[in-house]
Amino acid sequence: MIHNMEFETLPREALEAIQLRRLRATVERVNATVPFYREKFRQAGIVPADIKSLKDLQRLPFTTKADLRDNYPFGMFAVPMDNVVRIHASSGTTGKPTVVGYTARDIEMWAELMARSLAAGGASRGDIIHNAYGYGLFTGGLGVHYGAERLGASVIPISGGNTKRQVMIMKDFGPTILTCTPSYALHLAEVATEMGIDFKDLRFKSGVFGAEPWSEGMREEIERKLHLTAVDIYGLSEVIGPGVSIECIEAKKGLHIFEDHFIAEVINPETEEVLPYGETGELVFTSITKEAFPIIRYRTRDITSLNPEPCVCGRTLMRMNRVSGRTDDMLIIRGVNVFPSQIESVLMEIEGVEPHYQLVVDRVDNLDILSVMVEVGEGTFSDEVRVLQDLEKKITKNIKEYLGVSVKVKLVEPKTIARSEGKAQRVIDNRKL
Amino acid sequence: MRVEQISVFLENKAGRLCEVTRILSEANINIRALSLADTSDFGILRLIVNDNDKAREVLKERGFTVGKTEVVAVEVDDRPGGLHRILDVLFKANVNVEYMYAFVQQSGDNAVIIFRFDNPDDAVKILEKNNVTVIGGEKLYKM
Repeated sequence: MIHNMEFETLPREALEAIQLRRLRATVERVNATVPFYREKFRQAGIVPADIKSLKDLQRLPFTTKADLRDNYPFGMFAVPMDNVVRIHASSGTTGKPTVVGYTARDIEMWAELMARSLAAGGASRGDIIHNAYGYGLFTGGLGVHYGAERLGASVIPISGGNTKRQVMIMKDFGPTILTCTPSYALHLAEVATEMGIDFKDLRFKSGVFGAEPWSEGMREEIERKLHLTAVDIYGLSEVIGPGVSIECIEAKKGLHIFEDHFIAEVINPETEEVLPYGETGELVFTSITKEAFPIIRYRTRDITSLNPEPCVCGRTLMRMNRVSGRTDDMLIIRGVNVFPSQIESVLMEIEGVEPHYQLVVDRVDNLDILSVMVEVGEGTFSDEVRVLQDLEKKITKNIKEYLGVSVKVKLVEPKTIARSEGKAQRVIDNRKL
Repeated sequence: MRVEQISVFLENKAGRLCEVTRILSEANINIRALSLADTSDFGILRLIVNDNDKAREVLKERGFTVGKTEVVAVEVDDRPGGLHRILDVLFKANVNVEYMYAFVQQSGDNAVIIFRFDNPDDAVKILEKNNVTVIGGEKLYKM
């Protein structure tokens, strides 16, 4: 179902006129209020008046995760803190998270986009939404929550974890829409089976899954095991959170980008040139309506392509294909973004630990398991088992505290971590998507 | 009155212990006593050998992490209650035993047990005060 008939089915010309008007206003505003952008524009020799057409967007400089880190925590905000009503954060590449802010109007707009997304995924007033995305600094939980309320659906704010209790609630409350990461959906199915509960007997119609990469194969598995229709949702906190783009339940082929709020480009990550529709490269987003945290040409590091073909659902919004990978070494573990460099910072803070480590990711019973292999050198070795076990516990605890992700620490002998051409292979991802 | 013990970090995977014994054998080093502590992931091999320095050197050369610890070798009457008497002395003096294992050779008619204490100096004093025979390294390596 289409939630906002006017804006989701605009003729392209009208949509582009709105985009240009909003882009110009955003560029004006960030130039006036965010020193970072003003300086970047100055360096690029651009003034806001230079933006005369949508094509001129390409003249603006890119924004990267490193820029956000340099302006930690609130340096990229375009409004005084008095007007910021919400703060979210996601993983940064080092110890510090990436921080984003929202005005009351941003929250309204986000709720609208999430209502559109849930509607595209088959939800409407009267549905019960079992929202198993994590609530907290992560945008997933609250993003879906506000959208569900905006839609007029009933939301169960179950958040993540405590899977058996979740299954009991699914059985007793009869939710009709499931929202969580795709791997957690499969985990729910397995736990339900163990508890002797068949998803066939539950009331789910569809599920909106995202926050981590998945595949058509996983979609088939989810649909078969959970007896529902599975759609893909995309978003990132730097742009707004979930609700940047959504698959429609009618086609389930590519995610419609809410272009009246975000402009998407795909670039060649090396040359930074903008690629034509259909070509695969790095996805770049510019927000054109956000107040507290507008973002100009943000390099998402996600790899995909754009598809401007009309869709059977009636939306005129362009689609992006499923994200197929990353241009950096970021891992997504049970929906949490993890950079190897963050793990490294945690390890280096522990006395005696050497900078020889490797991350191994496996998917066991549909849950991501991140193992951190740490070499035991003379600085950490002891003849007592207890001392080494304490070391394992300390590393596990520190990583959990800094990154919010549970890992399994495995102590290994020196030189067991393969060093190819002097450079260690830091990540082995055994997940088959 | 102390005895030096070396310890080696081992991953729990096939062939690692065999690799250590091969290296020591090739270096003509004799293992006098050993104990292996293990968890599901890793093991710690503790060894008393006839030439500690050489053993550490050859193992390190081959990439093993090797530690050195002081332990205490104690003579134990080879009869019922022999070990108990010693542990009772330690318990009453509030001395904590981290771990212990048996030495292969006997000292005369007595068994020899290797003890790892947090504080070996205090432990040795208490043992000697209670007429327990502590064997020094020089004597032990030659036994």
